[in-house]
Amino acid sequence: MKKTIITVVGNDTVGIIAKVCTYLADNNVNILDISQTIVQGYFNMMMVADTSASDKDHGTLAKELQELGDRIGVVIHCQHEDIFNRMHRI
Amino acid sequence: MINIFEVNETNKMIEQENLDVRTITMGISLLDCIDSDLDVLNDRIYRKITEKARDLVETGEKISMEYGIPIVNKRISVTPIALVGGAACKSSHDFASIARTLDRAAKEVGVNFIGGFSALVAKGMTPADEMLIRSIPEALSGTERVCSSVNLGSTKTGIDMDAVKLMGEIILETAKATRDQDSLGCAKLVVFCNAPDDNPFMAGAFHGVTEGDCVINVGVSGPGVVKHALESVRGADFETLCEMIKRTAFKVTRVGQLVAQEASKRLHVPFGIVDLSLAPTPAVGDSVAEILQEIGVERAGAPGTTAALALLNDQVKKGGVMASTAVGGLSGAFIPVSEDQGMIDAVKDGALTIEKLEAMTCVCSVGLDMIAIPGDTPAATISGIIADEAAIGMVNQKTTAVRVIPVIGKGVGEMVEFGGLLGYAPIMPVNRFSCEAFVERGGRIPAPIHSFKN
Repeated sequence: MKKTIITVVGNDTVGIIAKVCTYLADNNVNILDISQTIVQGYFNMMMVADTSASDKDHGTLAKELQELGDRIGVVIHCQHEDIFNRMHRI
Repeated sequence: MINIFEVNETNKMIEQENLDVRTITMGISLLDCIDSDLDVLNDRIYRKITEKARDLVETGEKISMEYGIPIVNKRISVTPIALVGGAACKSSHDFASIARTLDRAAKEVGVNFIGGFSALVAKGMTPADEMLIRSIPEALSGTERVCSSVNLGSTKTGIDMDAVKLMGEIILETAKATRDQDSLGCAKLVVFCNAPDDNPFMAGAFHGVTEGDCVINVGVSGPGVVKHALESVRGADFETLCEMIKRTAFKVTRVGQLVAQEASKRLHVPFGIVDLSLAPTPAVGDSVAEILQEIGVERAGAPGTTAALALLNDQVKKGGVMASTAVGGLSGAFIPVSEDQGMIDAVKDGALTIEKLEAMTCVCSVGLDMIAIPGDTPAATISGIIADEAAIGMVNQKTTAVRVIPVIGKGVGEMVEFGGLLGYAPIMPVNRFSCEAFVERGGRIPAPIHSFKN
């Protein structure tokens, strides 16, 4: 299983996690892990997710999450975990 | 498992520090297209390129989307056309028709450049080589995406001074043929010494005859990432500085390796090499000159610049080599003038001259790159510049190149705009003393003594 990393960065407001999680649940994406922190006043969240059961392909999920982010005023990225593993693990 | 800080570091590199994969370049051999009939040859070339590279652009975009890393260019390099067209071409016009075929194929598959309108003449020119070289002005003025290169020297063979003389004339003719676009044709024409067979970067990319039928080469970038990382070690000693460059180059190259492997797998084409180059763009914060400034020189060109560039180039290689299974191409720091805001500023401020750039090419990965010179520069002077660079490459066993643009109708201090990644540049003064008698001699400069290693 290839894991997907979803990151959310932006100003902290009510309901960010709820909206992102609702979208993921609607699209059958299983959340494996969530971590969250505030960096320099910005809301930072990272989710590790399994998208293998979703009907939508990676490109569609990434695009729709980006649009969701635009609506709630945060930046959402959806990337395969390999890019991070490759860069930070030997 | 990966943590949130590592994820943020990667995404910050991409979003704020211009980390990208500069190019996925598909190398395609055209040797099996050779025919003595020009129409048959053109047809086979078109069909082979459009078939092999059909999915290149789409695959690149998919990888980019899935990993969240920009892949700026998708390009093609082909076997040097002088070898492919030799049997069919009876004139330079015939060769120019192949350039138009390459242009059509590039447009069909959606790549922005196709390289390989090239001749390898390090020891001498065949009639086909010379015809191709003479067709370059027509080929580059009649096409949009074709790039041309000529390798006219190597450590093993010496320098073909007849080709050096001819290329001075051809560069000037190409400038004249594209004068209505500020001599843009010359931005797509590179002269090499020790050209690598697997370079993915334009304008000098070609698919060498030592390569397989089809191969994927990837060029990484990331001057902004290195610059940003070095800000955290301001004032530290050289060992600390070098460690930081190596670590950053490693991370950048790992991304290139990942993209190269994915592209290779999805396109069912063998992976060739990763070219670990710091390739700047005119975008703010994507500059090699700014790294040199961060290392400690006020402007690129100040005393200390050559040493700073030497250590940068070396550490990039040391960090990158471990991150990739196969490294090749040009690999090092590029120092083009028009494509690097910091270099442009250095020229404008009077810190950087062609002579200093020449010294810098002794220790960096390529050569005099994207330098605009006055349009009235004599052909012999351009040949002299080429000979100097080729000599540096030959003696130091490294690749050197010349990509100068004599801008017809413009003089020193005026600006010239090439657009897009090619950027803009102030026209730089060239030494006005003549080297005509030197260039006129003709013949070949023999290979240096240290080339005899057998």
